[in-house]
Amino acid sequence: MVALEAPFTEEKIRRLRVGDAVEVSGILYTGRDAVHRHLAHGGDLPAGVNLRDGIMYHCGPVVLRGETGEWRVVAAGPTTSAREEPYQAEIIRRHGVRGVIGKGGMGERTLEACRAEGCVYLHAVGGAAQVLAEQIRRVRAVYWLEEFGSPEAIWEFEVERFPVVVTMDAHGGSLHRDVALASEAELRKRL
Amino acid sequence: MKVLLASLVELIRRTSAEIPDDVQRSILEALEREQRGTIAESALRIIERNIALARGKSQPLCQDTGSILFYIEHPSGFDPIEFEETAREAVGGATRVGYLRQNSVDSLTGRNDGTNVGPGSPVFHFQAVRSGGLSVRLILKGGGCENVGAQYSLPDERLKADRDLEGCRRVILDAVVQAQGKGCGPGILGVCIGGDRATGYEHSKRQFLRRLDDRNPDPRLDGLEQEVLGTSNALGIGPMGFGGRTTLLGVKVGVLNRLPASYFVSVSYMCWAYRRQGVALDESGGIQRWLYGGA
Repeated sequence: MVALEAPFTEEKIRRLRVGDAVEVSGILYTGRDAVHRHLAHGGDLPAGVNLRDGIMYHCGPVVLRGETGEWRVVAAGPTTSAREEPYQAEIIRRHGVRGVIGKGGMGERTLEACRAEGCVYLHAVGGAAQVLAEQIRRVRAVYWLEEFGSPEAIWEFEVERFPVVVTMDAHGGSLHRDVALASEAELRKRL
Repeated sequence: MKVLLASLVELIRRTSAEIPDDVQRSILEALEREQRGTIAESALRIIERNIALARGKSQPLCQDTGSILFYIEHPSGFDPIEFEETAREAVGGATRVGYLRQNSVDSLTGRNDGTNVGPGSPVFHFQAVRSGGLSVRLILKGGGCENVGAQYSLPDERLKADRDLEGCRRVILDAVVQAQGKGCGPGILGVCIGGDRATGYEHSKRQFLRRLDDRNPDPRLDGLEQEVLGTSNALGIGPMGFGGRTTLLGVKVGVLNRLPASYFVSVSYMCWAYRRQGVALDESGGIQRWLYGGA
């Protein structure tokens, strides 16, 4: 198990390799379809959000507001990352993102951006909304809640020992590409 | 209607937070099969822990609480309008307390009004039955697995799939390989051979009402189900697409008649967070018993 703690420097990121089990501690910014589309079309980040050396989390959580106004994260697993493939590489480049957490993996353009810029794709277990929510210590802020609605907003989470696996690294390695090729070959033998 | 409302909220809570016994057993078996020390094993361990946490805290197994699909069997004389009104109220209430995510978006404006009630949400399938009382089954199906569903029109030249069971096998396995880990495997396939584009998908989803450990009474379909399950698990896609021994937990195939010109094979993928429960209701709308086991 590798501990990845803030600050998320390029050096720490480049040390990670496909297959490494990692526990992340620090700040995560959620962002999914609406946020990616907005940013990739030249939109700015909201004031207060800085993704440089930051980690984005593809997640649309369930968050409730308590009686005293505090946020409580009820469920917060990853969403499918492949939908952000048209946008992700550009966002990594422009905003200096060091890590992307999601599920299902991403494609060649993101992989190339990871290699060139020093970024990794970290796979969280899809559907594990409770295990992952347990590792969120607090909600620091939320942005674009009104504009995009709760699942699509940017939630700023402080996490501790958030469990993920490196499935795309900063050296061109991709577990998703390897498994896809191997499984296609296995299927051909059985047709 | 207050009793029915409470019953439906409880059905939603339990569907969202408690995985059915048959599915949990199957996941534990998958964990036993997986090689020790692999990321596939650790993914299944996280899944196992997640199941226990969700149940203990009465919170959603997965934050994507999905499409809300009600299947209602009712005797004649039943009032579906009143039922729909109560069920919409139950969905709104379950959303306010966090059993369901604010999950329904206006497709044109992108607005999410936070209620989960709108055109197409929730979905109701009513079926009148001659004998028996009122029963309500509920499936919550997340978007990640919904997105990897696929519909094939046979013959399919690229996949060398003719209009026969071998052709069906080929396209179903193609859907499995295309899905990789994106549908949150290990998954369950619901398949329909035949029907039209709409009824085919609808019937494929209806297969998820079957228990995971049942067997298809039609030996031809049972053979296809077992074959696709075995082959899929030999492909090495594994939990979450991490590689490994369990790609699917089950395959369920149904059949509808088709037009001479059409031969659709519709494949729906259900994630491991297979949320499906059901209740038999008494005349006042109270829960008489749970249809998939449990107290």
